[in-house]
Amino acid sequence: MAAEVRRSARNQRLVLAGLALAAVVGAGLLAIPALEDKATFFYAPSDLAANPPAPGARIRLGGLVKDGSVSRENDGLTLVFTVTDGARETRVRYTGLVPDLFREGQGVVATGRLGPDGGFAAEELLAKHDETYMPPEVAKSLGRAGGAGAAGAMHRTGSLSE
Amino acid sequence: MIPSPAELGHLALWLAAATALVMAAAPLHAALAGLARPAAVTHGLLLVAAYAAMTHAFLVSDFSVSLVATNSHTAKPLLYKVTGVWANHEGSMLLWVLILGLAGLAVALVPLPLGPAFRARTLGSLGVVALGFLAFLLFASNPFARLDPAPPEGLGLNPLLQDPGLAFHPPTLYLGYVGLVVAFALAVAALLDGKVGPAWAKATRPWVTLAWAFLTLGIALGSWWAYYELGWGGWWFWDPVENAALMPWLAATALLHSIRVLETRDALRNWTLMLAIAGFALSMLGTFIVRSGLLTSVHAFAVDPTRGLFLLALLVGLTAWALLVWALRAPKVAEGARFAATSREGLLVVNNLLLMALLAIVFIGTLYPLALEAWNGRQISVGPPYFNATTVPLVLLLAVLMGVGPFLAWKRGATKGLGRRLLLPGLLATLAALAMLGLLGVTGVLTLLGFAAAAWLAVASLQLLARRGLTLGRAGTALAHLGVALTILGATASGALQREALVSLRVGEGFEIAGFTVTLEDVAPKAGPNWTALEATLAVQREGAPVATLRPQSRTYTSPPMETTEAGIAMWRAGDLYGVLGKPDGSGRWQIHFWVKPLIHFIWWGALLMAAGGVLALGGALRFAQLGRRRPAARAAPVPLPAE
Repeated sequence: MAAEVRRSARNQRLVLAGLALAAVVGAGLLAIPALEDKATFFYAPSDLAANPPAPGARIRLGGLVKDGSVSRENDGLTLVFTVTDGARETRVRYTGLVPDLFREGQGVVATGRLGPDGGFAAEELLAKHDETYMPPEVAKSLGRAGGAGAAGAMHRTGSLSE
Repeated sequence: MIPSPAELGHLALWLAAATALVMAAAPLHAALAGLARPAAVTHGLLLVAAYAAMTHAFLVSDFSVSLVATNSHTAKPLLYKVTGVWANHEGSMLLWVLILGLAGLAVALVPLPLGPAFRARTLGSLGVVALGFLAFLLFASNPFARLDPAPPEGLGLNPLLQDPGLAFHPPTLYLGYVGLVVAFALAVAALLDGKVGPAWAKATRPWVTLAWAFLTLGIALGSWWAYYELGWGGWWFWDPVENAALMPWLAATALLHSIRVLETRDALRNWTLMLAIAGFALSMLGTFIVRSGLLTSVHAFAVDPTRGLFLLALLVGLTAWALLVWALRAPKVAEGARFAATSREGLLVVNNLLLMALLAIVFIGTLYPLALEAWNGRQISVGPPYFNATTVPLVLLLAVLMGVGPFLAWKRGATKGLGRRLLLPGLLATLAALAMLGLLGVTGVLTLLGFAAAAWLAVASLQLLARRGLTLGRAGTALAHLGVALTILGATASGALQREALVSLRVGEGFEIAGFTVTLEDVAPKAGPNWTALEATLAVQREGAPVATLRPQSRTYTSPPMETTEAGIAMWRAGDLYGVLGKPDGSGRWQIHFWVKPLIHFIWWGALLMAAGGVLALGGALRFAQLGRRRPAARAAPVPLPAE
């Protein structure tokens, strides 16, 4: 009787360990396809030219806002500007409030989709957080294209979500 | 010459490291064991002295201390001189070790019924962790580093951090992290002693509960701050740093429930120990993510590769040690008691498994970008689309089970009468979903399920409160679960019923949104103690009657020079009217981003209720009726605060 109790106790321990493993594996199986589907890749303008993303894919585009490129459309809300990595440029269109530190000549990361005309429709903008920092991805892409910078915190704004 | 307070603080930090070494060494030899308690007390007091010296340097603006010069300013308001101590990398690590030191002091002084050797071992583990962090402070981020000559004025504090919500967010969170470190130290001591059982669980549960309550509050404060201060209109962004706090919270939530099973039924021994170790490892990981600046985040203000590597080594070392102890000793822990699958323990196991699955999902999503970049150099970001799609269904499933669990009996699979009890919650959940569909035209399946789950859990929790013979333990459970229901309601409603407008207006113009009429009445300059701003006046009316005036600002701080957006927020019923002013574009028009967010306050009220419920549940089997009365000495046993 006692041995039987001990054996089924051992079984319960095994069942619990198996369930825990199943939960974590299940979570992984749920997570990995979602990652493939929903993660957004980072592109610099040169990457867009060399290795364009799938049409309609949500991506992040980063670089510097080109000096003298920022203009506003008549609705007072839509902004058009050029993102450059020193080698290539991409035109970006964004409707909404701009982040506090969005400026010509400074780092920016735009989340959105590349249009068929090669222009980028942004849903969200991130600008560097203060005078000494810029987004790490931008710093890296500029590093590749000959610029330099330190990683740091950012400020962002979004377009209408509906 | 009398040394300056800053030098004395620096000395205190070194002496604290020496006492941490004594704490770590004490359990190794019987002759040293007696030193553990005095060493822990001295250690705590030395850290209080070091921290006081740093606060003094901030208060008197001693710019010969590099940290003060780079993060403070004579014109900074007093509150932010005090909280400014931890609003930077070195200072926040100093606060971390201070709270750990105070926890060691508490462990040394509270009654601990498991014997002096057990206490010495617990303090030993705390000493090891303290030693690691003090080494990091002293060698890689010394808060007491001096400048010679001292600059005449400091650089000032990042204006985003000059805010009461954020000022108290780090200490609250650290209280939670440190509470988990204590739970871990108690788990290691139990593994070494082989004393895993109800007595250990009883001594450990207050630490776990308080850690969990503080983590809940800390996360809620951070979320609330991000909501009103950043002006993005959201309350949770799945930012790596938010996830860094969420992961230990998920582990602590699981631990909170499994330790209850261990205390009551002496089951789930190894599982509970594993959760205590996981909670600690995730706290370390959280500290690493926040402090290393490896991940893109609003919090990443310490970006120095040496520090990142040092922290990584510390994290890997401490976690490896924790897992090694568990791997070596866990097989020696005897199997606990058995239970039926449909007993309360059975459902708590399912709760734990779902929490582990959630934890795995958040873990994968948070660290995958790092892993991918290390693997092939591709830079990606994983954001709300991934986390919402994966976590929401699991949270809803958890909510459904949370409504059932507290009605089940311990040990036996007795489900008699359960259907009758769940009839009312089920009915009201269905009604809630139908009402949303029919009256408000909400069609998203997950959204409808969200409303239904919130109603189900709220009604079931209220029923639990209404049952006869209410104990503090059950009231705490019911309130905490009700808090979860409120948070789910707030999150679902503020997302699904939110209305949003983006407009460009001249002064005097207005727009309509969700039954409100919003008019831009004025835009005028305004000045504060260390900033100037443009302030818009937005008058909000409903059916011709004024309901609120919002005053969003676009601010410019003078030291350090920085622009920030201050949202204008007014509470309307349990929701918010939320307006943000854009930058002037020179055309005479002003950009306004405006949101109506119904029931959003329920998110944070729910979190408060969860924390309060957790603390209340420490009362255990005590009944409300007994609280007012004087308890006879023989019945004093059921109060486990804090350990005996």
